[in-house]
Amino acid sequence: MTAAERDWSAFAETGDDGQLTMQLAVDGIHCAACMTTIERSLSALPGVERARVNLSNRRLAVSWRPEETDGGTIVSTLADIGYDARPFVRGQIDDGYRRERNRLLRAIAVAGFAAMNVMLFSVSVWSGNVTDITPETRLLFHWLSALIALPAAAYAGQTFYRSAFSAIRRGRVNMDVPIALGVILAIGLSFYGTLTAGADTYFESALMLLFFLLVGRLLDHLMRRRTRTFAENLAALRAETAVLLGPDGHLREVPVGQVSPGALVQVAAGSRVPVDGTVVEGTSEIDQSLVTGETMLVEIGAGDRVFAGTLNGEGVLTVQVQAAGEGTLLDEVNRLLDQAMTARSQSVALADRVARWYAPVVHGAALLTFLGWLALGAGAERSLVVAITVLIITCPCAIALAVPAVQVTAAGALFRNRLLLHSGDALERLAEADTVVFDKTGTLTTPTARIANAGEVPEVALEAARALAARSRHPISQAIAAGSKPASAVLEASEVAGQGVTGIVDGHRVRLGRPGFVDAEEEAAALADRFPDATLVGVSVDGCRPAVLAVQQVLRPDAAETVAELGRHGFRLVILSGDRGPAVARVAQTLGITEWQGGLKPAEKIAALESLSAEGRKVLMVGDGLNDAPALAAAHVSMSPVSAVDLSQAAADIVFLGERLAPVPLALAIGRRARRIMSENLALALVYNLIAVPIAVTGNATPLIAAVAMSASSILVTANALRAQSVRTATPDPSTEVATRSTRTEAAPA
Amino acid sequence: MNILLILIPAALLLGLVGLAAFLWSLRTGQYEDLEGAKWRVLSDDDLPEDERPRHDPDRD
Repeated sequence: MTAAERDWSAFAETGDDGQLTMQLAVDGIHCAACMTTIERSLSALPGVERARVNLSNRRLAVSWRPEETDGGTIVSTLADIGYDARPFVRGQIDDGYRRERNRLLRAIAVAGFAAMNVMLFSVSVWSGNVTDITPETRLLFHWLSALIALPAAAYAGQTFYRSAFSAIRRGRVNMDVPIALGVILAIGLSFYGTLTAGADTYFESALMLLFFLLVGRLLDHLMRRRTRTFAENLAALRAETAVLLGPDGHLREVPVGQVSPGALVQVAAGSRVPVDGTVVEGTSEIDQSLVTGETMLVEIGAGDRVFAGTLNGEGVLTVQVQAAGEGTLLDEVNRLLDQAMTARSQSVALADRVARWYAPVVHGAALLTFLGWLALGAGAERSLVVAITVLIITCPCAIALAVPAVQVTAAGALFRNRLLLHSGDALERLAEADTVVFDKTGTLTTPTARIANAGEVPEVALEAARALAARSRHPISQAIAAGSKPASAVLEASEVAGQGVTGIVDGHRVRLGRPGFVDAEEEAAALADRFPDATLVGVSVDGCRPAVLAVQQVLRPDAAETVAELGRHGFRLVILSGDRGPAVARVAQTLGITEWQGGLKPAEKIAALESLSAEGRKVLMVGDGLNDAPALAAAHVSMSPVSAVDLSQAAADIVFLGERLAPVPLALAIGRRARRIMSENLALALVYNLIAVPIAVTGNATPLIAAVAMSASSILVTANALRAQSVRTATPDPSTEVATRSTRTEAAPA
Repeated sequence: MNILLILIPAALLLGLVGLAAFLWSLRTGQYEDLEGAKWRVLSDDDLPEDERPRHDPDRD
């Protein structure tokens, strides 16, 4: 990129023996063969101590001796064998998830061990009770059970006790309150029975309950972790680094997170601006489409503000880093984003709505049962056993699982279709959506510009233009060069500032630049009518009749299809764009969308969304720009493509990968199906409770039967949730996607 | 019933050994890459060169 050297100390950690260790996200690891290839090639490098690929999370850990090799050699070796690898910034990887998983696994192991051993004693006691067990042996077994169960339940149940305690302290009840109460009461009563040499204990019921619940928690945790890991890898592969300009003029490439306000950052020609700041030196044209949705290039110079995510043109800029200041676009976006986030938390997830009435009803029922039996003259102990049975049998396992189990499977289905789900409850909101609002630039259109009239330009001129354009850093040149085969040899390439490029391609003198630069004003004027939004670029080979290329953002390959499909399913479609009205109108017309607004500021996008929701519409917002971030957060549910700015991806509920727009209807389909299965599950759990509770209240179920019935209902609900995996909608085949992408240059005008 | 004095500790001990083995495997990071582990069994990179099974094209 530049002569700046990457500062490896920002990425690698130094071990006790002086070795450096680095974690890398590696793009393109698909199978065991990749794993072996990478490990072999790296181990063969002198100085590399250890290279280990983790195939589950597509990461690579390398240790090396700093005196013999360096991080750059390792990354370039990987590039040579075909893998794009980027180091994680030290501390960027969150270890919390791993610790949490290990804690859950340990709790499961302890609960499982204890439950099985206690079960061993319990089965002996039950069979002994109907034959000839002596009270002494039974007491011994009860004491042994107590010795195992007390510490095990105390250890394994921590998650539930803590959550229940913090809920109660805040004066609320959640699903964990009845769980914790049931477990503690069952263990406490059993211990009392053991002390008084009673005939029954229920240690095994409490432990089995904990074991099953913990397994559910682990599954839920693994689902979140998978999405999270993937998102971390993507972030690392986007390689957000900035080139710091030191006071001595020395250039140093560091992770963006380590750049502090006030520092000077150099932005090379043709690269993305990594930070928000003010230009102190240099002039250039920048492409702000990712920030404002505006597709026209903007001239900037010293004193102008630039934003992270904009694409720099042909000039080198020195930018002074600034935090968001008063009255700037970024400030406005952040402020709106905060407001939208607060407003959104008002939407209550289905599971929480159920929990809100479920816990009080269950506790009330258990209490009434206890009082009722006491009033009917049963002893305190007998009454308490029946009340505990009610608590265990109504244990919200089935209800607690009904929604998360579906979320886990649906998230898996989304993940396989290259959709990353940020929050589980987004599925429910997705199912409710009846209106889809699209941003234009970068969402309906591809994130980068393409040649819109490639089919009409002579092949020779096109190839020459591409080869020459590959030598230039200008955004327009990069759009022309995009997707071209390895460029033909270009000799004597030189840029004429503000005009174009010349060079010798395959022995022909080629000029590429403004129409005036190649005497193509006439042709350009003819094209200007057809492609009013395009930047026109002329190309001439050996001074022959020049051709003119129209470079502009084109529609995503399947935009028309997707929009038509959504229309067929009865969604109301709207375009809200920050780009100029006429440009938006043309896209809307091409796609057959009748409702559109252009030239919107972030606040106006939110206002438009609000007026939609005032009509009772539930809006799915799809957008990518910085200007869309507040709208994404304010909408009922939101999606953003992976090419979006960080702020928007963070604000969106779902991020989709790939060039196509098909993930939007697919996500809607998965969401609706998930929602239907959730309702089925809740209905199943309700039916189960309606049957089981009367049996328990009348004292016809022992705590063990209750535990078995509870587990059975949980399994039923989980099995039903697995149906969320299958999606009937045809999924795009990755191989055809590549094909579409390469033939994409002759796209419809946008 | 004296046999219980041996059987109960034996049963508990076996269970504890299993629990300890699991906790050990967890601590040594053996669950970090379940996907890779299933393929690594098939790799013979860890064997010295002369002990590796030779690929014989005639027998394929």
